[in-house]
Amino acid sequence: MKNKLFNWSALAFASAIALGTATIASAQQVLHRGNGSEPETLDPQKSTGVPEAMIAVDLFEGLVTYGLNAETVPGVAEKWDVSKDGTVYTFYLRTNAKWSNGDPVTAEDFVYSFRRLVDPATAAEYAWVVDPILNAEQIRTAVEKDMTKLGVKALNAHTLQITLKASTPYFLSLLQHHSTWPVHKATVEKFGDQWTRPGNSVSNGAYVMAEWIPQSRIMLKKNPYFHAANSVKIDTVYYYPTESTAEEFKRFQAGELHIANDIPSDQIEFVRKNLASETHISPYFGTYAYEINLTRAPLGQQVKLRQALSLAIDRSIITEKIFKAGQVPAYGWVPPGVPGYQQQQLDYAKLTQAERNALAKKLYAEAGYGPNNVLKVEILFNTSENHKLAAVAVQSMWKQVLGVETTLTNQEWKVYLDSRDQKNYQVARAAWIGDYLDAQTFLDMYKSNTGVANRPGYNNKEFDALLDKAAVTQNAQERQNLQQQAEKMFLNDMPLIPIYFYVNKHLVKQNVLGWQDNVMGFHLTRYMSLKK
Amino acid sequence: MFYFAVRRLLWAVPTLILIITIAFFLMRLAPGGPFSKERPVAPEILANLNKVYHLDESLPEQYLRYLGNILQGDFGPSFKYKDFTVNELIGLGFPVSAIIGGVAILIALIVGMGLGIIAALRQNKTTDYAVMTVAMFGITIPVFVVAPFMTLFFGLFLHWLPLSWSKEDWTSLIMPIAALSLPQIAIIARLMRGSMIEVLRSNYVRTARAKGLPEKLAILRHSLKPALVPVLSYLGPAVAGIITGSIVIEQTFNIPGIGRHFVQGAINRDYPMVMGVTILYGALIVFCNLLVDIIYGFLDPKVRYD
Amino acid sequence: MNETLPTTSIETPIIAEATVKGRGLWGNAWRRLRKNYAALFSLILLGFIVLLTLLAPYLSPYEYDAVDYDNFSTAPSFENAHYFGTERNGRDLFVRTLYGGRVSLSVGIVATFVSLVIGVLWGAIAGFVGGRVDNIMMRFVDILYAMPFMFFIIMLTVAFGRDILLIYVAIGAITWLDMARIVRGQALSLRRKEFVEAAVAGGVSTFNIIRRHIIPNLLGPVAIYCTLTIPSVILVESFVSFLGLGVQEPETSWGLLISEGVQTMDTAWWSLVFPSVFLAATLFCFNFIGDGLRDALDPKDR
Repeated sequence: MKNKLFNWSALAFASAIALGTATIASAQQVLHRGNGSEPETLDPQKSTGVPEAMIAVDLFEGLVTYGLNAETVPGVAEKWDVSKDGTVYTFYLRTNAKWSNGDPVTAEDFVYSFRRLVDPATAAEYAWVVDPILNAEQIRTAVEKDMTKLGVKALNAHTLQITLKASTPYFLSLLQHHSTWPVHKATVEKFGDQWTRPGNSVSNGAYVMAEWIPQSRIMLKKNPYFHAANSVKIDTVYYYPTESTAEEFKRFQAGELHIANDIPSDQIEFVRKNLASETHISPYFGTYAYEINLTRAPLGQQVKLRQALSLAIDRSIITEKIFKAGQVPAYGWVPPGVPGYQQQQLDYAKLTQAERNALAKKLYAEAGYGPNNVLKVEILFNTSENHKLAAVAVQSMWKQVLGVETTLTNQEWKVYLDSRDQKNYQVARAAWIGDYLDAQTFLDMYKSNTGVANRPGYNNKEFDALLDKAAVTQNAQERQNLQQQAEKMFLNDMPLIPIYFYVNKHLVKQNVLGWQDNVMGFHLTRYMSLKK
Repeated sequence: MFYFAVRRLLWAVPTLILIITIAFFLMRLAPGGPFSKERPVAPEILANLNKVYHLDESLPEQYLRYLGNILQGDFGPSFKYKDFTVNELIGLGFPVSAIIGGVAILIALIVGMGLGIIAALRQNKTTDYAVMTVAMFGITIPVFVVAPFMTLFFGLFLHWLPLSWSKEDWTSLIMPIAALSLPQIAIIARLMRGSMIEVLRSNYVRTARAKGLPEKLAILRHSLKPALVPVLSYLGPAVAGIITGSIVIEQTFNIPGIGRHFVQGAINRDYPMVMGVTILYGALIVFCNLLVDIIYGFLDPKVRYD
Repeated sequence: MNETLPTTSIETPIIAEATVKGRGLWGNAWRRLRKNYAALFSLILLGFIVLLTLLAPYLSPYEYDAVDYDNFSTAPSFENAHYFGTERNGRDLFVRTLYGGRVSLSVGIVATFVSLVIGVLWGAIAGFVGGRVDNIMMRFVDILYAMPFMFFIIMLTVAFGRDILLIYVAIGAITWLDMARIVRGQALSLRRKEFVEAAVAGGVSTFNIIRRHIIPNLLGPVAIYCTLTIPSVILVESFVSFLGLGVQEPETSWGLLISEGVQTMDTAWWSLVFPSVFLAATLFCFNFIGDGLRDALDPKDR
């Protein structure tokens, strides 16, 4: 089986041609992007991480897709109807939507892909994203064995009907998620796990897979069959794995990359001053927090202690002096950016740090701790420079304000995850990036019945009730009210201490057009072009 | 000598089997599995994943299944990079690591031996100190300082060389090879100097000089071969280690080698990947040591392996 | 002019003593080492560095884990008593460099010593006895060598918690393999030398041959290799700690300080330069001491 990864002679020939044509006036636009880690898989139903999604979004297009501002815009579906009760969505697909091998994109392709997503044999980690669809949950938990019972039907070649089990107002933003994107049935069935490779891969997005050297680069070429191919200016895009942020920064400065995926935190001041026009720092839909194990005494039992610890942290020192990238101190859990959602905050958000420290000391004493009874806390984090920086600062703050003795435990990644899953920690650093643009994605895992996903062990029936009600409320305003109430309750119970809201940090060369900072962090190559 | 080699190769088989077995079970003792993530994986999905990758079977069953597959040359899928098999990843990465490592060793041998001999001939004189000091920099400055420094200086400041590896550009190999060879030059130079000094004092060299043999001949014909013994002892496993890549070099210069898999594979609990590179490494060690033992025989005729 | 030995009463006893009591291997070695100026200077410098690390708390007003909020990653200055500046966490680099020295030096010496003892014994026995024993012993070394090092470390830390002693064990357990190999190679050569064959013919026991003939003649390459092991051990420790499996915050080591300093090479040169200078100086000292030892122990120089 000779696959097309390392076709030396072809490449040599192509390089010669490219070199030749490059000397002639070249209209070829080639973009070089740093992308963080090597993707684990480019199968949209199986992938889970951000680097994978960044590449997949150039290759595939779902019913809806991301606009320049990551807003929901029509993708393969030109328009859609929603039934009065909100449970039936009818999508009208473009007739000119085609796969990269010329096949038309049909509703059957979507039926196949949705079924593949919930099929237990696929073992898709994000299968739960489509739980609102009728029978989706039953099929993926193998309760229902008949795949055809899934509420996704092809009415004809270009009309797709999706039936939900209950009205789900945020359903369209769920459909932006990569797990719902279509894959080409014949290709998947023919090549199995290798279907994503160059030469095998068939995709319906703006680009097609052309080269994949693991740990070195992925090259995508413009898909001539894409329905909006005329608007796509970049002909070739290279994605490079850039595990070392410091090295990526040097490559950007040397001109080898147009886009850098991250900025090293000790270079932030430098880039703000010297590369201001290329620096893109903007809010990102994520929160960094310290989770507290509610099943362990004394922190688990005493909300005053938890609040005291939260008050004693000077978040502005952490964001300004340590991370320095303009992260925003967080006194709430759901980050800003959800349209129409009113941000919730802890009551003491508006106080000065001195006032917070005083309040912290008071609560600490009320909980029965002081110089004679010193609280001992252990902070667990996984190996990473940034987590260490934050933990060291917090350790120092808790000591200076409250006299708390903190030990720092730095565990290797998998051991750290295991410790959290087994609830074998006291305080652990945690982070959450929203999967879709709704407050739900930050709240629903803390319902009391979610098992391992609810790492702190938060158990509040009123909270559960509010969220369950919100899930079925049609009216957007009412729904968000319920979510806001739930979040406020959550914050007051303090199962975690929010520290800061994430920011996107990117460096983008000035001659790259079509880059728009947005809270979901999606920047599709099809909107970009290179200025001459 | 021939029978010796054959016997050793036969010994390689149980050695490798032991390596495979111990490594297989050793890996499973570490907590955590390949599929745990920041977002906790739902139990039914975890069950599905385990089923697909046969992790739900008992450990001995998995072991036997794995052995059976290896005998057919199939090292399994990578648990982390799901679109690739271990065979493919090693098949793509090993040639790259081996070329860079091989050239680095060659350079290190030539330069290191040269420096070591010069230093030994001028023992405790200025040349000796100068040469050894220069060589020592290769050891005292760790590779995770040298490599980023190179990209900063030769890449960013001087714009002489590309900062990352690319298939088409052979100049992108220069810095990684240099960074890799520097510590080896230092080590080989020191070992060479040390053993050269000893040999230069030995009886038969003294005899040769007393007989009136010119100095150069005394060195080349009599001293070099026995002086190489410690260098060779070091080189055996060192070669195996270097041609299987270095994670620091690979991450700094973006090289698609297999060095990173030794570390990342363990961190990701990508068991088949770690097994694959461990087996490769084990086989290389056995082979390199055998080679070294054979060469001992040529260098020092008194070495016998009864 | 004829010179006859003066035979005063003072000198006779000295000469008598000198001819009666030999100084032995180590006595001779020490005498010759003293004459090697580079080695002597290195010993003194090394002693000075060790002294600095021991006196660390008295040399700086700052604690090694205290964060100075006004001074994150600032340059060295005398005014604010941050002689080496501060690192990215706002902690004083001078005191941290010295504390780091404690860890690096102790890991370096202890792990090397462990690897020395096990490696020399293993290699000498394998090389001298030869045959099947040699084969089995070296295949054992091969197997250990091939084991995935990372898993081994992960497991040790999980099983035994996070102890600095653990690092010594883990690192020593790996570095003895190289030493054993080098020693075995030398022992193979020595096996057929005339004085060894004479000892065998004379009926000296294997154990005594190894102890009195093989090992002393190996010490040259062994000394050299030790000076190569120490830096390697220090760097392995930094790698292991960097991954979170070794030294824990707020403790530090030179290797850790250097790996943190590398990232700010161009914006905060002091965080790279000072720990590197200490590490380099220490390793150079070990280097010259090792060379001096090799020269001092060389049987041919007597």
